[in-house]
Amino acid sequence: MRRVAIIGVGDTEFGELWDSSFRDIGIKAGLAAVADANISADMIDALYVGNMSAGRFIEQEHIGALIADYAGLAKSHIPATRIEAAGASGGLALRQGFMAVASGLHDIVVVGGAEKMTDVSDTESAVIQSSAADQEWETVLGATFPALHALMARRHMHEYGTTREQIADVAVKNHRNGSLNPKAQFKREITRETVLGSPMVSSPLRVFDCAPSSDGAAAVVLCPLEHAKKYTETPVEIVGSGQASDTLSLHDRKDICTMEATKMAAKRAFDMAGITQKDVDVAEVHDNFTISEILAIEDLGFFKKGEGGKATEAGLTAISGQIAVNTSGGLKARGDPIGATGLAQAVEVVTQLRAKAGKRQVIDAEVGLTHNVGGTGATVVVHLLRRV
Amino acid sequence: MATAPRFWRENPSRYNLVGVKCNSCGRHFFPPRTICPVCHRKSVGMMERVKLKGTGKIFSMTEVHEGLEELSMQRPYFLAMVELDEGVKVTAQVIDCEACDLEIGMPVRATMRKLSEEGPSGVIHYGYKFVPVNLKAKAEGPAH
Repeated sequence: MRRVAIIGVGDTEFGELWDSSFRDIGIKAGLAAVADANISADMIDALYVGNMSAGRFIEQEHIGALIADYAGLAKSHIPATRIEAAGASGGLALRQGFMAVASGLHDIVVVGGAEKMTDVSDTESAVIQSSAADQEWETVLGATFPALHALMARRHMHEYGTTREQIADVAVKNHRNGSLNPKAQFKREITRETVLGSPMVSSPLRVFDCAPSSDGAAAVVLCPLEHAKKYTETPVEIVGSGQASDTLSLHDRKDICTMEATKMAAKRAFDMAGITQKDVDVAEVHDNFTISEILAIEDLGFFKKGEGGKATEAGLTAISGQIAVNTSGGLKARGDPIGATGLAQAVEVVTQLRAKAGKRQVIDAEVGLTHNVGGTGATVVVHLLRRV
Repeated sequence: MATAPRFWRENPSRYNLVGVKCNSCGRHFFPPRTICPVCHRKSVGMMERVKLKGTGKIFSMTEVHEGLEELSMQRPYFLAMVELDEGVKVTAQVIDCEACDLEIGMPVRATMRKLSEEGPSGVIHYGYKFVPVNLKAKAEGPAH
């Protein structure tokens, strides 16, 4: 297996991008990544695009060919593949690109992710997002996507004494980080009171516990590590890649306070990299709900099970804390254009490892982690990145 | 709008909580599965359809305030993950109760109710919901 590096990154702003189409934002992020990698179009061997549900959000399927076409690559007939695993689509696309380069099949691969969610109503968007859960045995019986996470939150509070305030602190931290990120959807700081006073969605989770619907795209360019310095002075190596699956329905798991797929994907990534949690300086984790970040920092092995809430409250996950979590603002404040999210995580970690994160920079960051979840944890992808 | 395919409407499991028992290891599953995730190939042909008793305890719960359009008339409603006596968990609404009544560990039993309808005069979906057991006795004091 060849070692693989990220040599370019690009992304769009996240938010309500009503002046741009799906293909516009996909191309904008891809062009930025290609320019950053200092490569020309004829050097691209393959394209992977992470996207959850363009068919339902904008009634367009066949996303791989669409993006290749509008990237001006139709004449070179490159392989262009769309990857779907609900919320983990972007992270999984990155893993497909990684495998393609590691295997020796392709040299230069562009991996993008995009979603255009705000062309449908909020109600319709919620229905589409719920399709990541089991339609027949969860959704039809009244289980919305926030409700399933509320079940996790209630159980975590019951088993470990996690408080409502500690859960709110995830949103407070991520909005603070988002206020330092010019590309974040929400750039305003909030307080515990903002979270606890916001309208109830599914008790105990309120509006400010939920990531927003967003439009946005992000992309990276990959090549073999041995060639990376030809293109950039600051390559970042993908030192670990792990993917795991679990039951589609939340209720089929023995323990709903633990995402076993997160533990397994992390173990596989750490084993491949030959490093441990202590080596990680910065992590972008899948905080589609505040409770999700608490589960993530426990299951990734940064904190003991049940102590994620306390760790957050104590500031251990802040930019200057023990492990900087979601410096971009996370899905909560940076935004969550589903298929783009896994790539946006990689873009943020690369930016941190290149020491280009401005006011949200983690001092001397050398190793970073991305954690991307589909559904309530039925697909999880973890990547470990290291400064070269 | 989240609608179920026709085969699901005609699926007996959602009316009668029909699951399966693996006669290789004795575990129950709901909804029915062809293969036991513990015994794998050994279970082929040994998955027996059984009607679950429909009694169990609340494992976790939430009050849903925002959600699916076809359930808008019911909001807010209570949704629970229920651990059935056979050891399997299901997700469903809990009815005939108030917020203060519900707690983790509380006994409930299944009942068949209308789940939703596809528009004002569209197809009506039926299925299982849960009701608390002995709620009245609890309000009046310890049950004997």
